[in-house]
Amino acid sequence: MVDRTLRGKTAIIGVGETRYYKRGDAPDPEFKMALEAILLACEDAGIDAREVDGFVSYSNDRNDPPRIAAALGLPDLRCSTMVWGGGGGGGSGAVANAAAAVATGLADTVVVFRGLAQGQFRRYGQGARTQTASGAGAFTAPYGLMSPAQSFAMRVRRFIWEHHIGQEALRAIALTSYAHAQRNPRAVMYGRPLTSEGYDDSRWIVEPFHLYDCCLENDGAAAVIVTSAERAKDMKQKPAYVLAAVQGSAYRQAATAHNAPDYATSNFKTLAPRLYAMAGIEPQDVDVLQCYENFTGGVMMSIVEHGFCRPQEVNEFFTPANFFFDGGRLPLNTSGGNLAECYMHGLELVIEAVRQIRGTSSCQVPDVKISMVVSGPMVQPVSSSIYCAEPNP
Amino acid sequence: MNRHSYNDDRTHYLPSGLPVPAPYADGLAREFWEAARCHELVVQRCIRCLTWQWGPEHICHHCRSFALTYEPVAPRGVIYSWERSWYPVHPTLKDAVPYLTVLVELPQAGGARMVGNLLGDRLQVVTIGAEVEAVFEDHDHANPPFTLVQWRVVADVEADS
Ligand SMILES: [Zn+2]
Repeated sequence: MVDRTLRGKTAIIGVGETRYYKRGDAPDPEFKMALEAILLACEDAGIDAREVDGFVSYSNDRNDPPRIAAALGLPDLRCSTMVWGGGGGGGSGAVANAAAAVATGLADTVVVFRGLAQGQFRRYGQGARTQTASGAGAFTAPYGLMSPAQSFAMRVRRFIWEHHIGQEALRAIALTSYAHAQRNPRAVMYGRPLTSEGYDDSRWIVEPFHLYDCCLENDGAAAVIVTSAERAKDMKQKPAYVLAAVQGSAYRQAATAHNAPDYATSNFKTLAPRLYAMAGIEPQDVDVLQCYENFTGGVMMSIVEHGFCRPQEVNEFFTPANFFFDGGRLPLNTSGGNLAECYMHGLELVIEAVRQIRGTSSCQVPDVKISMVVSGPMVQPVSSSIYCAEPNP
Repeated sequence: MNRHSYNDDRTHYLPSGLPVPAPYADGLAREFWEAARCHELVVQRCIRCLTWQWGPEHICHHCRSFALTYEPVAPRGVIYSWERSWYPVHPTLKDAVPYLTVLVELPQAGGARMVGNLLGDRLQVVTIGAEVEAVFEDHDHANPPFTLVQWRVVADVEADS
């Protein structure tokens, strides 16, 4: 077997997003919004929806491809694939699955999508209202440890303690997202700037996370379209070639009751070397980074584990200036991301990475060649992807 | 019986109304909750290779043997990580914030970790590495009755006695 790689074989040729709403405010049902995002992506790509022959999603998306294919009247559904587990950690993994389907000829035009209406369904930020907690939940829920923020604060606290990290490092991530969102009219937090004082004075959710360290909860849907690199050359939009897309989970990271042997980690230690090896680049080649913020502490560990700085350099490296799109050393979350644009489970980060390649971001970094996405820190599995203006840089 | 045990709704660390702990639907973890009712701390251990394992699973992650047991361990550990929750993630917790949750490492059980609440002042300074002792918190009036394994800083225990 030769050439077992996805490198440069596929590209994202279309992106689509519904309007992003505050949680519970969407006027439409989740399924309808998913259809809308898919059609918008087709329109952006300049293709007829009937050309779509595959769907990939993640985080147990409720909108299943056979129903979508029936609703859209698709002639032949050739790929219907779900990334198992990991919530937002499946975002880049879904792109990997779409790219793999296209690269191996299983399908030609694959949509990666995510639909979320938390008003219609249960919120993420609260514990389940069950009478009993059975199984793994029995070891946490009766002790009041029930939300994602609480699950992840425990890991982040340990990392902060091991490496003597100041609260300012987390604050820099929040300030960056809010600063970028002020230039992005799609952002839910557009027109609502955040200052250092505003961050410091905000209430604790669970120490070490202030309110602004936590992602939003939103309603909406998003989709991207993956096709072959050959076909992408002649399409309506400038292609964002998939240079690498990988997923993974290190040794026993999903051990229950907080027993992952390597605990203070975002879970990218085994994945990052594979990501860069597939892409054939180094961290210093990355022009702009979209890094999934379920919580700022996860961004911090992700940036370290993807080799952008060492743990002992975090206090010095993590400043709003270093992450700002205009002149920063590592432009970060340039749409406002999960903290300030919209929590579309990180698929909005993939779309922003594509915009940076196209040159159409509201916080455009000049001359972007390499645009990277990190999906879902501290979960299992996690995933990352790298997009490029050229199929073979 | 451990000398620090609570069996009074007024002295439960968190108010009643949170989910009641139960084994997995297939029975896994039942021995742990039964032992807690008897104020005994047990951790899963492989009979073949003696590897400690937590949380419980149907197989030893080290040697892949299905022959596992639950072995009693001293109810002592050290704080590995901690958090103070201020947002009530459940309606029952509305008047119970802030509260402390700790992750306790059990050196005598191969470094297995357990989640529990840290008893005492809810605003106390929490020190990673501090020694803690288990406190069995009985909920005899719950349906079904259960016992939680809580933790208390050993220095506090000694100051009280
Ligand atoms: Zn074994």
